Amino acid sequence: MNDLPMLNYDVVVIGGGPAGMAAAVRAKKLGLKVLLLDDNDYLGGILPQCIHPGFGLHYFKEELTGPEFAARFAKRLVELGVDYRTAARVLEIKNYSDLEKVVVFSSPSGAYQVWTRTIIYAAGARERHAFEIGIVGDRGAGIYTAGEAQTLMDIYGVMPGKEIVIVGSGDVGLIMARRFALEGAKVKAVIELMPYPGGLARNIMILRDFDIPLYLSHKVVEVRGKERVERVKIVKVDENLREIPGTEFWIEADTLIISAGLVPNVKLLTAIGVEIDPATGGPVVNDLFETSVPGIFAAGNSVIINDLVDYVAEQGELAAEGARLFIDKEGIPTRRWIKLEKGENVRLLVPHYLSGERDVWIYARVSKPMENVEVRFPEIGKKLRLPVVKPAEMLRVKLRREEIAKARDGITMEVVPL
Amino acid sequence: MKTKVAIIGAGISGASIARVLSRYENLEVHLIEKAPDVGWGVSKANTALIHGGYDDDPKKYPMRAKLCIRGNRLWHQWVKELEIPHVWNGALIVATKEEDFDELERLLERGRENGVPEMRIVDREELFHLEPNLTKEAIGALWVPIVGQIGPIPAVIAIVENAVANGVKTHLETEVTGIKVENGEVRGVETKDGFIEADVVINAAGLYADEIARMAGIDYFEIHPRKGEYFLFDDSIPGPRRVLFPTPTPISKGIVVTTEISGHLMIGPNAQDLPPEEKENLATTREGLEQVWEGAKKLWPQLPPRSKVIRTFAGLRPEPTGGDFIIKAEEEVWGFINVAGIRSPGLTSAPAIAYEVAEIIQRDLGIELVEKRKWNPYRKEITHFFMLSPAQINEVVKRDPAYGKVICRCNRVSEGDVLEAIERMKFIGIKTPSVDSVKFRTKATTGTCQGSFCRPRIIQLLAREYGVGPWEVTLKGKGSEVGIGDVKVLLRGEEA
Ligand SMILES: Cc1cc2nc3c(=O)[nH]c(=O)nc-3n(C[C@H](O)[C@H](O)[C@H](O)COP(=O)(O)OP(=O)(O)OC[C@H]3O[C@@H](n4cnc5c(N)ncnc54)[C@H](O)[C@@H]3O)c2cc1C
Repeated sequence: MNDLPMLNYDVVVIGGGPAGMAAAVRAKKLGLKVLLLDDNDYLGGILPQCIHPGFGLHYFKEELTGPEFAARFAKRLVELGVDYRTAARVLEIKNYSDLEKVVVFSSPSGAYQVWTRTIIYAAGARERHAFEIGIVGDRGAGIYTAGEAQTLMDIYGVMPGKEIVIVGSGDVGLIMARRFALEGAKVKAVIELMPYPGGLARNIMILRDFDIPLYLSHKVVEVRGKERVERVKIVKVDENLREIPGTEFWIEADTLIISAGLVPNVKLLTAIGVEIDPATGGPVVNDLFETSVPGIFAAGNSVIINDLVDYVAEQGELAAEGARLFIDKEGIPTRRWIKLEKGENVRLLVPHYLSGERDVWIYARVSKPMENVEVRFPEIGKKLRLPVVKPAEMLRVKLRREEIAKARDGITMEVVPL
Repeated sequence: MKTKVAIIGAGISGASIARVLSRYENLEVHLIEKAPDVGWGVSKANTALIHGGYDDDPKKYPMRAKLCIRGNRLWHQWVKELEIPHVWNGALIVATKEEDFDELERLLERGRENGVPEMRIVDREELFHLEPNLTKEAIGALWVPIVGQIGPIPAVIAIVENAVANGVKTHLETEVTGIKVENGEVRGVETKDGFIEADVVINAAGLYADEIARMAGIDYFEIHPRKGEYFLFDDSIPGPRRVLFPTPTPISKGIVVTTEISGHLMIGPNAQDLPPEEKENLATTREGLEQVWEGAKKLWPQLPPRSKVIRTFAGLRPEPTGGDFIIKAEEEVWGFINVAGIRSPGLTSAPAIAYEVAEIIQRDLGIELVEKRKWNPYRKEITHFFMLSPAQINEVVKRDPAYGKVICRCNRVSEGDVLEAIERMKFIGIKTPSVDSVKFRTKATTGTCQGSFCRPRIIQLLAREYGVGPWEVTLKGKGSEVGIGDVKVLLRGEEA
């Protein structure tokens, strides 16, 4: 270690996507010495491959494409003079003490060690792949995750195929359905395991616009085609997601796109013992997005899978504020931590702990869709009516400082029908 | 005058033979393979074990019994000379019922007969010392410390690189379609790319060895495929320290639970016999995978959730008539040597098979083999970024900055590793760029995310280095192109 070039920073931001860029910009504005590291050749994370519109409505009050959103943030970063390195891969994080961390990274100019007071971990998520969701059969060309297909098309200019079956009706799957259709491919089906579609309402419209059949309560179980995909086998499932025998059928296609959800990238965090919430797959965090290791903050999809880039950026900024406070006070002051608990029809939520020192945004997802509901926090008597909730749409609810103050030890969030 | 030797099949058998024969001054060795790369036949998907040599009955299967233990011993030297990834971690054949000990005693006896050293039966206490997380049902085991594991395709690649460095000529993507025999002597092989003259033809064609033999007029055996399926788990899942077998039944060695050399928990294989015409049927099946799961659970009860599966795959064992390896010079056709029916433990036996063939050439064909004065036994392993310390990274980036740039996140493969792989692909004569060729040399795309992040970058590097469009790069050879054209190809109406 001693023979590695050494750098010194107040905060190292790991990940140059929207969460990381927002964190770096805010940290810099708060007067911190910031280094941002990303292993791509460019800033923006996955945004540069998302050439469709729908980004930044909340943040910039204007609808942008992914590359545009990324470019605006990258510009701010550069204008503010934030140090950043692309093609730089973090290999290890070491928690030297609560006040000092070491980040080891590799880059084309070699490996470095960075001594830093805080870390903001914003390394995003990975996509679930065909093997993980139990698809059997052959393994020829033409099986891609949605993000990989998107990268191939929109970064490298490759058309993967012409007859497409898409697994998963989440936003990513639907947007790829449109992308393929726009380039002249035939999208033969979108297959969704659940009895309801997984995407935002505006994206479900895509299916109608392009005349794409959606099969709800169905799953892809097998792919055949030795060199390249030739056909995929589909089966219907009952309300317990069990396959119904005799309902199998085949669709001929040369390409199978897997859009079966994202999993936070947390390997570097688990390696140093950061506590992980099995429900989100990301770290357990407090209301400044600090993880269970003091001084290590996290933000964006590596904490919780978000639907909107605006929320991701918001989390990055909050983490930067956390880092500033941490440095000023040599640790986040502990008066009391109120645990936020999941109640009825809440599948996951962050943050997990509230200090009661500030207002917080709660990000949550329900387990099942419901109409005419009340979101309740019984311990503090807060209630909020909503016409609909869907697992696909993240709930974002603000709790005010005064409201949190009413709680004794825990606060439960529940979503109940009226 | 040199004797021309044509080896059909660049699997572990053919590659090993090529290496051993590359040692001789008076041979000109040609290694012929129909696939775009080496090691993509039977040698590609197997349990990767260097077996202990205790389970083959020397009366029923003399070749297997003899070559397995000899192969095991030779691998100790070969993995070092060729820098092949390996681990010698030993195996436990686990008893869960009192009756199982009878079978273990029998294996122990047979092992002694075959000359296997160091085996013994261990009691429950010692067993759990060797393998703490084994099923609590276990009551004892046969401990075979000489068992090891290697990377099978990396092994074939290493052997071929060394063989080529010693003068062997490869002919990849060259399918043999006929054997020319005149007056009872071989003259050469016909291929889709023309005729290759040869005085000696060695048939190491794996699943297709029966078809090749028939081309030379030899039809006393047939090969049928026996499928085995596997699960591979994320490397965050702890696996056993030893290779774990159940007590074998008369039909099968049983489903193995092991941590393969890259550190992934692996379970499998089952055994399903397929008809001879299904030699390409490598599809995984739900029934087969279910069998594997149930079988593995008996030894290793805490199997992870299915969401921790990163890959499932299947291999085909080439099962010959009679069950033993068929390694001999055929008398009817002078110069034709069969290396057929190389089922399990063929990977283990491969180096021994190769020496056996050299002996056959001398003894049965009467060709005296003259050693080269300079033969290079060594081959250097490709640079693996994941094995470098940060200080070593700073050394390699001086040579080439690409070595500092990680492109496969899960397995930490650098761009330099990939470029070096491509250089080595070209060195052994690979004509069609494929992602799998890079994968087997670098481990890129084989981690938790299965390549969804790094595959496009590898495609781009292959396209650049081979001078083709990225859509022309293949996953695993012609017919598996990663795309159908540039992104506007359908709108222009030009696609193939
Ligand atoms: C499920 C399974 C598990 C196994 N586990 C183990 C184990 O743990 N340990 C062990 O020791 N062994 C094991 N084995 C056995 C071992 O894998 C094989 O014995 C070995 O790989 C056979 O190698 P080979 O070179 O003979 O055949 P292959 O690897 O199949 O090589 C033959 C080559 O010939 C080529 N070819 C065929 N026809 C032609 C043609 N007409 N023209 C040109 N080329 C042609 C093929 O493309 C192929 O590359 C296992 C096998 C399986 C399937």
